[in-house]
Amino acid sequence: MYDGWKVIIGIIIFIGIATFPFLYDIGKASVPPPEPKIDTPEIQKMVEKKCVESKSFMKTEHMVMLNDWRDLVVRDGNRLYIATNGKEYAMSLQNTCMKCHSNKKKFCDECHNYVAVKPYCWDCHIEPKEDET
Amino acid sequence: MSIDRRQFLKIAGASALLGLGGLSTSHLLLRSSLEAAQGLTDPSVIPDPKALVAKRWGMVVDMSKFKTEEDYKKVMDACHHIHNVPTIGNPKEEIKWIWKETYEHAFPGQEDKFLSEEIKHLPFLVLCNHCENPPCVRVCPTKATFKRKSDGIVMMDMHRCIGCRFCMAGCPYGARSFNYRDPRPFINEANRLPYDTAFTKGQEFQKGNLSFPTRMRGVVEKCTFCYERLAIGLKPACVEASQGALIFGDLEDPNSEVRRVLSARYSFRRKPELGTHPSVYYIL
Repeated sequence: MYDGWKVIIGIIIFIGIATFPFLYDIGKASVPPPEPKIDTPEIQKMVEKKCVESKSFMKTEHMVMLNDWRDLVVRDGNRLYIATNGKEYAMSLQNTCMKCHSNKKKFCDECHNYVAVKPYCWDCHIEPKEDET
Repeated sequence: MSIDRRQFLKIAGASALLGLGGLSTSHLLLRSSLEAAQGLTDPSVIPDPKALVAKRWGMVVDMSKFKTEEDYKKVMDACHHIHNVPTIGNPKEEIKWIWKETYEHAFPGQEDKFLSEEIKHLPFLVLCNHCENPPCVRVCPTKATFKRKSDGIVMMDMHRCIGCRFCMAGCPYGARSFNYRDPRPFINEANRLPYDTAFTKGQEFQKGNLSFPTRMRGVVEKCTFCYERLAIGLKPACVEASQGALIFGDLEDPNSEVRRVLSARYSFRRKPELGTHPSVYYIL
């Protein structure tokens, strides 16, 4: 092999750079997983603390659901959602979702920051006013 | 053991049938047992039963009822407050849903040489005409602006608007405004409702109307005939604030208030020669 040493040194440097992020993190405390809070006054008042759909569904599908709601309301003019348990809800992020989940920072942002997604809901929709604590 | 072609085809066909039948029955059984276990049905959506419905919404602007500056202001303010329309100050960036226009600008080509001074200087109240044949909808490349089939309202879907401003070029009435900058800082104290009218009662205003969204930089906005109020059974904010100067109703219903007014008095529309068929009529 011509210039064997140079090639080997090159490979070693490459492996060093490529694995640096992983090696750098070894032994460090990992970022704690997000813990979205639901202790808002509105939710505390509820007898049965239940969202529009089941918790597991909301956890994985809320983004799909919000997109569906958006189209159903704006484009088709359907405003009421009859959930699987038969209850009726007005399909509105600002007036229905955020009425209960008035703690955007501890509810929405908690996970969204953790997974580094930036939903653009709040460019237009007004977020609930929160105490700076 | 050998198998001939005939046998092979028989077995293959029978097992395919069995498989299909079994799949669909198991699916049915699974589904019904699931539903029975939880008492659940598929979620569905319906329009609000309180909603006002019409085949085609229209408006009559009775200019004889606009006497003082206050008459115009209360109508314009009601709309702009309730929809969080910013007050930017720079006329080049002005955002307006309903505003005043001189006769010669609102009705070009109809100004006669010896027009009465009164009409010549009368500011007309103008807004989106919700045309039957809207040019803005035709030019929109993303279908962000569209005409509702159910009631003829020319709607804006802010989620889809890319800010190309074709619709502004297409609209012959100048009814559309572009957000050249983030409108939020301009929805300020001045945008608070100065008076407590029926439609604001019980609502807390921090900065504008908290139950309606704002817009963001780079989208086009305009009057939407208060679709969000119609959907919960309320008439548009301007109509409510005008106390009879604006008449709102179904143009397709011969017994509606707008049709009664239109059949009783002479009315005219903006730029009828363009064939857009506006839904906003004017009477003097």
